[in-house]
Amino acid sequence: MTDPDVAVVGFAQAPNTRQTYGTTNGVEMLVPILHEVLDGTGLTKGDIGFWCSGSSDYLAGRAFSFVAAVDAIGAVPPINESHVEMDAAWALYEAWVKIRTGQVDTALVYGFGKSSAGDLRRTLALQLDPYTTAPLWPDSVGIAGLQARLGLDSGQWTEQDMAAVAARCRTDARTNPHAQISGAAEVSELLAEPYLADPLRAHDCAPITDGASAVILADADRARELCARPAWITGLEHRMESGNLGARELTTSPSTAGAARAAGTDGVEVAELHAPFTHQELVLREAIGLGDEVRISPSGGALCANPMFAAGLTRIGEAARRIMDGSARRVLAHATSGPALQQNLVCTMEGHR
Amino acid sequence: MTGISEPLSAPLEVGFDYTRSLGPVLGRFATALRQRRIEGVRGSDGRVHVPVVEYDPITAEALDDFVEVGQQGTVLSWSWTPHPLEGQPLAHAFAWALIRLDGADTPLLHAVDVVSPQEMHTGMRVRVRWSDAPVGSIRDIACFDPVPDDAAAGGTAADHTGEAPPLPESTSEQQEPVAMTTTPVHLHYRHSASPEESQYLRALAEGRLIGQRCPACGKVYIPPRGACPTDGVPTTDEIELPDAGTVTTFCIVNVPFLGQRIKPPYVAAYVLLDGADIPFLHLVLGCAAEEVRMGMRVRAAWKSRDQWGTTLENIDHFEPTGEPDAPYESYARHL
Amino acid sequence: MSKHLAAVLGTGQTHHASRRTDVSMGGLCREAIDRAMADAGLDWPDIDAVVLGKAPDLFEGVMMPELPLADALGATGKPLIRVHTAGSVGGSTGNVAASLIEGGVHKRVLAVAFEKQSESNAMWALSITPPFHMPVGAGAGGYFAPHVRSYIRRSGAPDHIGAVVAAKDRRNGSRNPWAHLRQSDLSVESVLSSQMLWDPIRYDETCPSSDGACAVVLGDEDTADGSPGSVAWVHATSMRTEPTTYAGRDQVNPQAGREAAAALWKQAGITDPLSEIDTAEIYVPFSWFEPMWLENLGFAQEGTGWKLTEAGETGIGGRLPVNPSGGVLSSNPIGASGLLRFAEAAMQVMHRAGEHQVPGARTALGHAYGGGSQYFSMWIVGTDKPGGRR
Repeated sequence: MTDPDVAVVGFAQAPNTRQTYGTTNGVEMLVPILHEVLDGTGLTKGDIGFWCSGSSDYLAGRAFSFVAAVDAIGAVPPINESHVEMDAAWALYEAWVKIRTGQVDTALVYGFGKSSAGDLRRTLALQLDPYTTAPLWPDSVGIAGLQARLGLDSGQWTEQDMAAVAARCRTDARTNPHAQISGAAEVSELLAEPYLADPLRAHDCAPITDGASAVILADADRARELCARPAWITGLEHRMESGNLGARELTTSPSTAGAARAAGTDGVEVAELHAPFTHQELVLREAIGLGDEVRISPSGGALCANPMFAAGLTRIGEAARRIMDGSARRVLAHATSGPALQQNLVCTMEGHR
Repeated sequence: MTGISEPLSAPLEVGFDYTRSLGPVLGRFATALRQRRIEGVRGSDGRVHVPVVEYDPITAEALDDFVEVGQQGTVLSWSWTPHPLEGQPLAHAFAWALIRLDGADTPLLHAVDVVSPQEMHTGMRVRVRWSDAPVGSIRDIACFDPVPDDAAAGGTAADHTGEAPPLPESTSEQQEPVAMTTTPVHLHYRHSASPEESQYLRALAEGRLIGQRCPACGKVYIPPRGACPTDGVPTTDEIELPDAGTVTTFCIVNVPFLGQRIKPPYVAAYVLLDGADIPFLHLVLGCAAEEVRMGMRVRAAWKSRDQWGTTLENIDHFEPTGEPDAPYESYARHL
Repeated sequence: MSKHLAAVLGTGQTHHASRRTDVSMGGLCREAIDRAMADAGLDWPDIDAVVLGKAPDLFEGVMMPELPLADALGATGKPLIRVHTAGSVGGSTGNVAASLIEGGVHKRVLAVAFEKQSESNAMWALSITPPFHMPVGAGAGGYFAPHVRSYIRRSGAPDHIGAVVAAKDRRNGSRNPWAHLRQSDLSVESVLSSQMLWDPIRYDETCPSSDGACAVVLGDEDTADGSPGSVAWVHATSMRTEPTTYAGRDQVNPQAGREAAAALWKQAGITDPLSEIDTAEIYVPFSWFEPMWLENLGFAQEGTGWKLTEAGETGIGGRLPVNPSGGVLSSNPIGASGLLRFAEAAMQVMHRAGEHQVPGARTALGHAYGGGSQYFSMWIVGTDKPGGRR
């Protein structure tokens, strides 16, 4: 018995902005992109076999904040639906599994987050150990700085390497109309800037972003009907690391390496990496084994727009877009969740099956 | 139309002092902290974890081999915090650090109190500064201080600094093992109303009730919606609704609870305004609670105009009009 | 029918109580997990992936607690998915875990769901009133009571039906060693005389607030065939969602529940649920939801569910024993309550339900709902392989 092929056949994203006027349930960001992604495939909401979303109550500051997001769909008659309290890349994983069961032939996945509603860097402290770490309120930038310095001290990377990541991302983002930050940048200029939180400068850190994105998946038969060049998923794997920060290998990302090995990365031309900090891109490239010939995050990546709980899904959408527009044959997307790259997902896709 | 204007927003405070029960492993760690001692736990690979972990990061086994560790340690990594956030260990600029205590193998995350990043370096020696009144929490460690170079030698499990303020007189209660810890989590958000809801709220401030019709299904929503839940498109055409309607269904709230803003008992009722296609929840007063009925006709009792704001609370409550009850069929499809 | 079969190999749960102050969150989860692993006869290396379900993170004040709990959940180095579909989440957790096997992705999956309500206060978390809103909300009871009133009006059910359910479920709970409330002496009369909290819902008709966890180990066909003990084959799963409110929404007999049930029966090849299902674990946090869900699920015509209840047909020994475990009315660790329903259904067809075993049960329903009666997840499990396969 062969398992069914599944492909990405549509992708849409909301503008990534520092602050939207909309509500924390994401409706204002979701309504336009749900229409856009459906229209792009010619599907209507009634055609979708399964819906799955990713979002966070703590981003919104309310219990059950994802419930009102369903209004954006217009879920009457009722829909076959699920939700993960994770980046929507994992919602895509759940939807991919659902199609593989043979119970449905299409799925629409979306993620949203209005980080500007709260104090994101403080809120994220609540992801740390609730007994021994979170009571100190370590902020996400402070944690990332600890990880960055480990690599700086060990000679695994330099501040120049980190700045070069930022410069490349910002330059690439100039051609991405959805990017929040973009512009030509010289490494030397970036390094002349003061530290935001030594050893991190502002360019090392993703911006705070409100945003949303949506992807449509389809099984083999439907994918060929819906899309001229479906992005066939050839590998989709994810792994978790310990919640004990001190027990982790912070500069090597074994969970990414494990997921990449299982997914298979041969021949990848483009990789969209979910690295909210410059040094994390360096960790991820090493863990996945991406050589210099691989184009990294041509969208500008999370450093140029980081809509929490959607940014990982956006990476998959951006990578799939390179297949769907014919500009690449084999691509990789990565998503991360948790403090200092605790949980990682790798998705590989190709153009012809 | 109110015209194009900024959607309304207001602060939303979400706070609770969480009561965390610790269980045997974390409880032992907390009990030691209250005694100004630090205990780690040995993992399956022999590594001593500080802070303790309940389950092994490699094998997931429950761990219970405790090891007392030193109160000095070595900074494995650090980052600078020029502007501390609410709740962090120090109110002035400080360094976060991963600190491997002497006798431990995995580092602890905590704060180091130095005045500038120039005073921090990887490999530097630091020691615990205890809080004045330990309670059995990670915050009993106020922060870490640098150890001057000439004092940096040694640092074994037996190395107590001797500089901590004396422990308060212990009461019998304090001799009990620590079983619970309280963790305040207070977050501050900005809650935004949707553009559609903002128009409705601004109309409320003028004493008007504004609904909007869904352009697809034609149903009248109050409050208006950023997305008609049936059709997934914003409601549009504005409709002014009267302040009278019908109670579709209700409950009598007799139960007091934390955070409650209306004193029980009170009647929480779904009120379907005349001309609306969806009811909203409000209070019904002006008659005994047991006299409230499904189908009862009610009208808004507005607060005095000087108390009006952009909220449905401008209507203090609904009260009976005295009209005959609406026939069941008129609201049966709104239950 | 899915391409690959899945079966429950083992289940485990905690002693549920209002305050499990003897354990941490990790410790609570591990009580359930260790029991489920022992019940399944498996050990950590056998587990390919973990699915965690939990209701709002605000209940425990931890953002995505599966991250700090990774080691306790045995998830380190493995794939983990965190599901959150409001009160139905425990059921969704079971369904997602089953789909990982039905989709041919994994062979053995651990599903865990928990809630440690004593870390905070659910009434507080559920009644936070955002700016501009009327502060009328009064927790889940305040939310559901008006809809119970609507049901009573629509069905013409006599006032005591809710009390019949409460007395029955608490009696059942007294036969369940894990239950939070074990009240063998509750009678219809005593329930009726208990305090009215959210009129028409009385104190004894209300679920408790519990700390607790549940774990279920699922396996593929090969693993299940080789399992030393009995297994519960997954015959069907379904999930449906509708918006919280919309013009003309039926809040008493929601369309999402009806459609989820219809899809479930169809998948399992069931045409007459009342005679083909041997026992049902249905999410009944307030007693009146038993007759409401009996109708919504299609066990009874609309407006007649209460007659099954009144006639005693939902007691152990009746035509359709409902909640032989005591149900949500006897234990309500919110995020885990749905998985408990799914696990208890499995325990029945595995014939491992002990004192609350329904004799001869071979096909059972597990059901959960959440939000404003708008999220539904269900499964059917059986002693035999689906479709009579051997």
